[in-house]
Parts: sequence; C-alpha cells; structure tokens
Amino acid sequence: MERRVFLKASAATLGSSMLAIPNLARAADGKVLRFVPQANLANLDPIWTTQYVVRNGALLIWDMLYGVNDKLQAQPQMVEGHEVTPDFKTWTFKLRPGLKFHDGEPVRAKDVVASITRWMVRDATMGLPIKKRLDALEAIDDRTFRFRLNAPYSKMLFALGKSSTPCLFIMPERIAATDPFKQISEYIGSGPMRFKRDDWVPGAKAVFERFDGYVPRDEKANWLSGGKRMFFDRIEWQIVPDGATAAAALQNGEVDWCETPLPDLVPLLKKAPGVEVDIADPLGNIGAFRINHLHPPFNDVRARRAIQIALSQADYMGAVVGSDESLWKTIPGYFTPDTPLYTEAGGDRLTGPRDYELARKLLAEAGYKGEPIVLLVATDVSITKAQGDVTADLLKRIGMNVQYAALDWGTVGQRRAKREPPAEGGWHIFHTWHAGADCVNPATYIALDASGDTAWFGWPKSDLVQEKIAAWYDAADLAAEKVAIEELNKAAMDHVVYVPTGFFKGYQAWRKNVSGVVKAPFPVFWDVTKT
Amino acid sequence: MLAYIVRRILATIPVVLLVALFVFSLLYLAPGDPAAIIAGDQATPADVDRIRASLGLDRPYIIRFADWLWQVLNGNLGVSIFTNLPVSHMIAQRVEPTLSLMVLTLILSLSFAIPMGVIAAWKHGTIIDRLVMMLAVFGFSTPVFVVGYLLAYVFALYLDWLPVQGFTSITVGLVPFLRNLILPATALGLVYMALIARITRATMLDVLSQDYVRTAKAKGVGQRGVLFVHALKNAAVPIVTIVGIGFAALIGGAVVTESVFAIPGLGRLTVDAILRRDYPVIQGVVLLFSFVYVLVNLGVDLLYTLFDPRIRY
Repeated sequence: MERRVFLKASAATLGSSMLAIPNLARAADGKVLRFVPQANLANLDPIWTTQYVVRNGALLIWDMLYGVNDKLQAQPQMVEGHEVTPDFKTWTFKLRPGLKFHDGEPVRAKDVVASITRWMVRDATMGLPIKKRLDALEAIDDRTFRFRLNAPYSKMLFALGKSSTPCLFIMPERIAATDPFKQISEYIGSGPMRFKRDDWVPGAKAVFERFDGYVPRDEKANWLSGGKRMFFDRIEWQIVPDGATAAAALQNGEVDWCETPLPDLVPLLKKAPGVEVDIADPLGNIGAFRINHLHPPFNDVRARRAIQIALSQADYMGAVVGSDESLWKTIPGYFTPDTPLYTEAGGDRLTGPRDYELARKLLAEAGYKGEPIVLLVATDVSITKAQGDVTADLLKRIGMNVQYAALDWGTVGQRRAKREPPAEGGWHIFHTWHAGADCVNPATYIALDASGDTAWFGWPKSDLVQEKIAAWYDAADLAAEKVAIEELNKAAMDHVVYVPTGFFKGYQAWRKNVSGVVKAPFPVFWDVTKT
Repeated sequence: MLAYIVRRILATIPVVLLVALFVFSLLYLAPGDPAAIIAGDQATPADVDRIRASLGLDRPYIIRFADWLWQVLNGNLGVSIFTNLPVSHMIAQRVEPTLSLMVLTLILSLSFAIPMGVIAAWKHGTIIDRLVMMLAVFGFSTPVFVVGYLLAYVFALYLDWLPVQGFTSITVGLVPFLRNLILPATALGLVYMALIARITRATMLDVLSQDYVRTAKAKGVGQRGVLFVHALKNAAVPIVTIVGIGFAALIGGAVVTESVFAIPGLGRLTVDAILRRDYPVIQGVVLLFSFVYVLVNLGVDLLYTLFDPRIRY
C-alpha cells in the first residue's frame, strides 16, 4: 500500500469511527445516575463543615435518627420509637433492629452516643442548647440510649432530625470520637449508599455505590423520612464548574440531573427536548442585608431603620433572580413564607412606597455626616454580587458615602469576623442569604440571634428579641409558638437585627427519562428511577 | 553536554525554591480564610477560630513556611486543608488530563501552525498570506472560553458529534480519549497556533531572502526542499523559542479550558484551591508548574544545538 493511500485510509477510518460512536457518556444504563451537584464536594465530614453540598453527599452515606418530612415534622428514621417524661427532661430512644454500617458492623447505641456528642459541640443552634442542659447521655443497651436533662427541651425530635447543617448523622463510635474541629478520615455510614473513596477526585467526581445491607423503613419516602429505597447501583456526582457547560451536558444527555442550573439558562432548558425543569426547593432562600451593629452610624437603630424604609425588595430580587417573577416574592418578615410560623407582624417599614427623604432624615438624626460606609461585596458569588450592587445604589440614593469593597467570598468570610471599626479593616454591611429550611423557626435560625457578642456577624444585641426566642422554646403547642413568633418578628424588625432583601427560589433540571425527582431543600435520591 | 544538563537541572532547585517563597509570601499577604469557608455561613466566630487553630493557620508566617519547606525537602507536599488527602495524591490524579490536553494541543498547534507560517511566507503578499494572517489575528484575539463555547455548541449540541465535557483516559481507548479532548485542545491551541504561525512566517521571510536559499534554488532544489529542508531548519531557533515561551500561556489557558470543558486537570485544581485558600495545594501545584516550566526552557535550550550546530554549551 502506498504511503498516501495508507494515511488517507487511516484518517478516514479514525474520523468515521469517532463520529459514528454514540456519545459514550450518554450510553449509561438505568442503574447509574449522573448528577451535577451545586458545588464541589471537597470533603465529606458533615460535622466539621456546614456546607450544603457536604450535607447532601452525607445524606447518602449516613443515616439519621429522625428525618424531617415535607411538613417539617421529624419522623423516626433509625429509631423504632421513643419515650419522654412529661417534663421533657428524660428522653429514651430505641433503635430499629438490623441496622448495619457499611463495614458490616451493627449500629449500636454507643455509636449513637458518640455521634451525638460530636454533633452537639458543632451545632450552635440546637446541639449546644441540649449540651448545656445535659446531665447524662448514656447507652442503656445495644439498642437503647437516653438523654437526662436538667431543664426541659421540647424540641428534641426536631433537633435530631432537622435538615439544617450540621445534621445529626450516625457514625461508628471510632469515627465519631474524632475531635469535632478536625476532619474525619473514614467515610463509613449506615445509609443507603456507600462512598467509593478510590474513585473520588475532589473537584471532579464523587461516586456512591448501593449498600445492599441497608434496610429501608416500610413507610413511603418523604424528604428525609420514610423508606429510602435506592434504584441505582451507582450514583456519580460530576462536578461541572461552569454553568453553561453543565446545561449543555444536560441537553446532550451526558448527565441526568443538574441541581442548580444557571438562572439565565433556564429558559433555554425549558425549551430543550428531553429536559424537565422545575422549582428545586419550595422553602427557597431569604436574601440578607447584614448590618454591623457595633459601629456608627448603624449602632443607632434610627440608621438601621433608614435602610428598612428605603430598601426595595423588588429591586434586590430582580437583580438576584431576573425577570421570572414566579421565582420570588417580597417578605416583610424574617421567617420562610408558606411555613406554619410565617408572619409579617412588625414588617410595615419594608412595605409601601420607599421613602428616601425620611431615610435621610433618620440618618441625620443618627448623627451620620458622610463618613465612608464600608460595603463588603463577594463578587465571585452571583447572589451576593447582585445584592451588593443594588445596595451601593441604594446607599447613594439616601446620601451615604459608599466604599464598595469588591472581594471574593473567602475574603468576605474572613473580614466579616473583624469587630474593629470599619476604618481599621472592619466593615459596615455585607450580603448573604439564608436557606428557607433554616428560617422556619428560631432553633435553626442563627442569623436572628441578638445575643450581642455571641450573636452572628454584625453582633446585634436585643434582650427583647432573646426573650421572644426563649418564649418560642417554651411554647407548648403550635398556637403558642405562633404567638411567640409574631412577637419575635416584631421585636426583631424594630431592632433591625438584619434586613431581609426578599424571598427567592431556584430551579433544578433533569432528563425526562429520570422520574421521581421531588422538590426539597436538598436532592432526594431515594425513589428516583431512570429508564 | 551532560555536565551542562546536570548543571541546568541543579540550577532549577534555587529557582523553584524562590518561586515557592514568593508564592508562600503572596498567599500570606492575600486576604481570605479557609477556616471561615470550612465553618460555613452559619458558624459562630468562635467556631471559625477553633478550626483555624486546628489547621495551624494561627501560627506565625515564618514557622508555617519553615514547616512546609521542611516537609517539601522530605518529599512531602503536605495535606489538603479541605480534602484531607495528600497533595501529591491530588496532583497525581490530575496530571494525566492536563498532560494529555497539553500534548494534544501542542501536536495540533505545531501540525497546523508551522505549515501555515511556511506557506504564508512562501506566498508572501498574496491572498493566501493575508488569509493565514487573518486567521492568526482571529486566533490571537479570540478568548479561549469564547472559542470553547462555540466549538461545544457546534460540534456537541448542534451536530451531536462530540461530548460537551469530561475526560476519558487513553487507557480506556484512543477514540474516546480523542473524542473528549479534540474540542478543548482546539480551543486552547488556537492562540498558540496563531502565535507560532506568525513567528514562523516572519522568520521564514527573513531566511528566504538569504543568499544560500537563492543558491539552493539555482542548484535546482525543488520548492518543497528549499522550504522545508533548507529554510525551515534555519528558521527553527526562533520558532522553538516561541514554543517554549508559549508554554506558560498554555498553562494559563489550560485553567480556563479545563473549567469550560469540565476536565479534571491541574488547572481546575489550582482554581479551586485558590478560591478556597487551600494553601498546601496551591503551593504544590505552583511548585510543579514552575519546575515544568524550567524544564521546558531547558529542553528549548538543548533543541537549539540540534537546529544550529554552531551553538555550544
């Protein structure tokens, strides 16, 4: 064969074979699910870090004692049942029989005790309050454990089953014995999937394989509760950092499910054949205008109220989620809309026409004379960038001298912890957002804490707010809880703990051959199938 | 020659160490806190402080640098703050995709750019020359990510020939390997191609006006022989130089290309590490890149002697 003929033939064969071969990634069978998570899964210790993506991966590996359903009620999961004394001081729980860890060892009460002990230290919202009340946490036998408290704690079941981070995941005792501020090095759980550590490439891929020893509950699955039946042998998390690439991969059938498609590309995905798009999390998110209460002018409540009077939530939501008005709503309150405790009591200053004149007047009364206002803006996170830009405009409108500090999220995370005056490296304002699932009641709502030095960044201090939070803890039923929350919302609005910038939701998208995808604050993999 | 090579390799050690010191200092001066990222948005300041202490990030700069340097000298690049995995393991996981992308880009670029540059010089002033230069300007001025998205749209979404993203190891098969890499290598190679084509054209124009070329033509040497045997070999030194210099641009471009095409390579590892302030990973990757860059330059220096026997070390 002549050289030219050989070369031509080789090129033609290679070229045609490359084009003729169907997309290999697309040829996945129905037993493998390819999922694009919201972020990179850089580690898998759900107690050490509170990132949602870690919690979502952990939900596959580790099981929980209780799990919340879509009514936000904690239902038994690993637990068979419990007994509680009328004073809510002694809680006794019994584990389901047959629970096994991925290494074949049975789940024992001592594993639960060790896991609770580690979790309590890191969970400021519910774990630490239990720890403060704790006289003893003991394993009675292999399947029974007991809390003995020195003060009532009526929200125990919610604490053990809540979805806000850190969740209480049950680990083998030897792993749970790790210092809560240090990362675990083994990922052995008793959940429906086991982690394939050898296949893990942080930043690129994480693989979960079905655990045949898992015994699901008999009830139908509902969020974190009920029978977690897995229909996949393997779930592959593919980290696709670029949103446009992830959307293209979904359209091309290279991935099956995209947790957070770019809002800009959702109209395109809605039109794409073979792709389904729907709201991801019905509990959505609440945007936050976080104010530093320690320094002038915002150490004066009149300056904080000036922001409430001038701030337009519609402007913020338009910037954050765009023109799709079905995705957002204004909320003159702190709690998640469409949940039992939602209230607008005391939120008047956030409604009606915006009054810049009155805002300027209040700022003057608070003694503001044009000093620079340091606004920290994480420009690498679209939600904070959008809010920061609207705030810069708002502050100028009410006569404030804005110092726009464009930073990345890592730097904002560091600088917001500084309590020094803004001129010495501190800050006045930064933006973030809170998952709606964390804002359903005060127990999981650290941003509403107004305990001063021990409060969240901004360090608001209001005895009245703290008193109303305590009243909610003491409330015996839902009606009493609602009364306490109305008063809390009003007190927090009056004190301006922070300013909500609106309520917004996001989309998720998946291939039409995937069914069983539900709306939840986290991806729910059980009961999902693929043809 | 051997002594020269050994001397040059030994000389890389202080260069790499200086780079390490520079990078470490930059990271120290740069704001950002991995502890805050680990703790998450709901963490209390006390939690963040405890995590910072447990990671040893509260220690003085000089102690941290000395500790790290001691580990590096013992062949240990440290452990990632976030993944708890050895940095050397994370780098090893990422070497193949990046190396594959770079080699394929290099092959594609050289295969197209050098003939294009030679032809443009040969057909100097004609429409072919202008066309080649127009393509070069286009390649040079179009950002990698724009080309990447365009290629993905046309060849993956519209024509449905190739996958949008991902990487398949060559051990799985040559065809799936090439299917995944052909688009990113083309996107990344366009700038490189433009650069090499322009330099090739310029040096060839210079060489083609030399007396010995005229002599070769007068002796009856064919056009192909004049261009590729006599002229190109003598034009090779500046071309090889630019290939070496362009390698740094290739590393930078790989960061973007790997993100656009979701290739699990060293570029993405670097970006992820920087965004999270994963200091041991950043330092490990930068050390590796600087070492490779120094080696590439050494390779370029050695290639000079091959193309121009008058050069001696």
